[in-house]
Amino acid sequence: MKIHQLSIFLENKPSQLTQPCRLLAEAGVDIRTLTLADTERFGILRLIISDWEKAAGLLEQAGYVVNVTEVVAVEVPDRPGGLADLLNVFEDTDTNIEYMYAFTFGHGETAVLIFRFDNPDAAITRLQAAGINVVGSSEVYQRIQPA
Amino acid sequence: MTKTCQEWEINPASATDYLPPVQMQTLQLARLRATVTRAYDYVGLYRRRMDEMGVSPEDIRTLADITRLPFTMKVDLRDTYPFGLFASPLQEVVRLHASSGTTGKPIVVAYTQEDLGVWTDAMLRTMASCGLGRGDIIQNAYGYGLFTGGLGAHYGAEALGATVIPISGGNTDRQIMVMKDFKVTAICCTPTYFLHLLDRAADMGVDIRELPLRVGVFGAEPWSDSMRRRIEGASGIKAYDIYGLSEITGPGVGSECCCQAGLHIFEDHFYPEIIDPTTGTPVADGEEGELVITTLSKKAMPMLRYRTRDITSLMREGCACGRTLRRIKRICRRSDDMFIIRGVNVFPSQVETALLAVEGTLPHYQIVLTREGGLDRMEVQVEVTPAVSSDKVGAMEKLQSKLAQAINQTLGVRVDVRLVAPQSIKRSEGKAQRLIDRRNMQ
Repeated sequence: MKIHQLSIFLENKPSQLTQPCRLLAEAGVDIRTLTLADTERFGILRLIISDWEKAAGLLEQAGYVVNVTEVVAVEVPDRPGGLADLLNVFEDTDTNIEYMYAFTFGHGETAVLIFRFDNPDAAITRLQAAGINVVGSSEVYQRIQPA
Repeated sequence: MTKTCQEWEINPASATDYLPPVQMQTLQLARLRATVTRAYDYVGLYRRRMDEMGVSPEDIRTLADITRLPFTMKVDLRDTYPFGLFASPLQEVVRLHASSGTTGKPIVVAYTQEDLGVWTDAMLRTMASCGLGRGDIIQNAYGYGLFTGGLGAHYGAEALGATVIPISGGNTDRQIMVMKDFKVTAICCTPTYFLHLLDRAADMGVDIRELPLRVGVFGAEPWSDSMRRRIEGASGIKAYDIYGLSEITGPGVGSECCCQAGLHIFEDHFYPEIIDPTTGTPVADGEEGELVITTLSKKAMPMLRYRTRDITSLMREGCACGRTLRRIKRICRRSDDMFIIRGVNVFPSQVETALLAVEGTLPHYQIVLTREGGLDRMEVQVEVTPAVSSDKVGAMEKLQSKLAQAINQTLGVRVDVRLVAPQSIKRSEGKAQRLIDRRNMQ
């Protein structure tokens, strides 16, 4: 149920983002979604890629330090309060959301969000118990395949 | 399986290592007076400097009087290139060595037959204090040639009665084959070369731990205790630090003993002092400063108060091995590496200590000094490594501030730490330039 996310450290200066993107483009690797966390001095680029092992290899060969993190993709109803209801599941629990971001596509009545939990397994159990759809990796990649 | 220090047999040739201090000082004074007289009589530079300072050889009545003598610097050897500091006619000089000059001309050093005997004696005692003796098979992988390492170790090991393999440096595959086939028990080389050899052996499927190799005699470059642990852990040998420099004799100025707790200086031949590198005055007992050495036995090229630029301290307490020779702490930095920021003396090695404490291993780093609005600013750029990398911004920011805090505490100077991308700090010949000082360019 967990999805592999790659992240790389980037310095906060011009062309730092271009290089890894071009590298993956030249190898024909498609980035499903990404998010960039930035601070004054550095940024962390997080990527969801179907062939994540190949991408990690390419990036490492190019000298990047690549972190592989397990994240969770959750289906959320695309209506007011959809996310708030979902977050309710974690009220009064130890589960901590480190960060989250959305897939950049619209898909009927639901949206898919990526969550980085401190304890993904506990989070998945809780989500499923609450009847919320946790999307597996193959399903995510299929769903977000452009029609 | 390993004998404790006190159980090692004492090699009769090492007797001087155990001389009572009073006798040692009497011997040192007699030799110092002879050396100063010789230097004054035969070397123009020494005579001129002593005359300028109004000191004559007769003024040296106690060992403490040594501080009245002028210092000798590396630049003096360069200025008098090639033979200007010789105190013996060339007819008596039987050997010349030269050290590679990183800038311009090399420096030349000379030995009479007697000087070679002194050097051999010092290297024999070095090998003995590393626990080697007759029956050991010593692979000497220091370079033979103008560099003093190869021949210095060679003569010492032969005089010891050990079997010497004069393989010299390089050709790592052959080194490993010889080490295995000849049942080598000890190797002499630089510690970094030995690490390279370990890597190569692993590639070749040779496990050094299974070979009879038990001792490494490592010198010619500074190396840390953590490097020692790495070497000893990976190879199962005892790694000993030795000290020397061509200007004084070559290897053999000092050596660790079985205790691996500081290096004994063979002070019957090489008299050590510790001075403040900025003022030139002796530091208080046991305090850190620049090591200064006066040769006591050399004929062809006596050295008066040679400034080594190596930073260390003289240890006051006696050694468990029983030697009475004074010890210096292991050398990890040189006074020419020092820089001053906002009035505080800083060595790059202090920054290393702090980085090491936080990260566990030493990342590549660079210190950049700038001047902004008349104020000096120190930034330490640290490459991100897999071990510390995270997908979380908070974790990286925490690392950045932990590093800054550790450096601030070690130096007492506020620094900025900037995490930089892997491989982004320029390396020249595998070595990174640690300090970029842009303060004068602005």
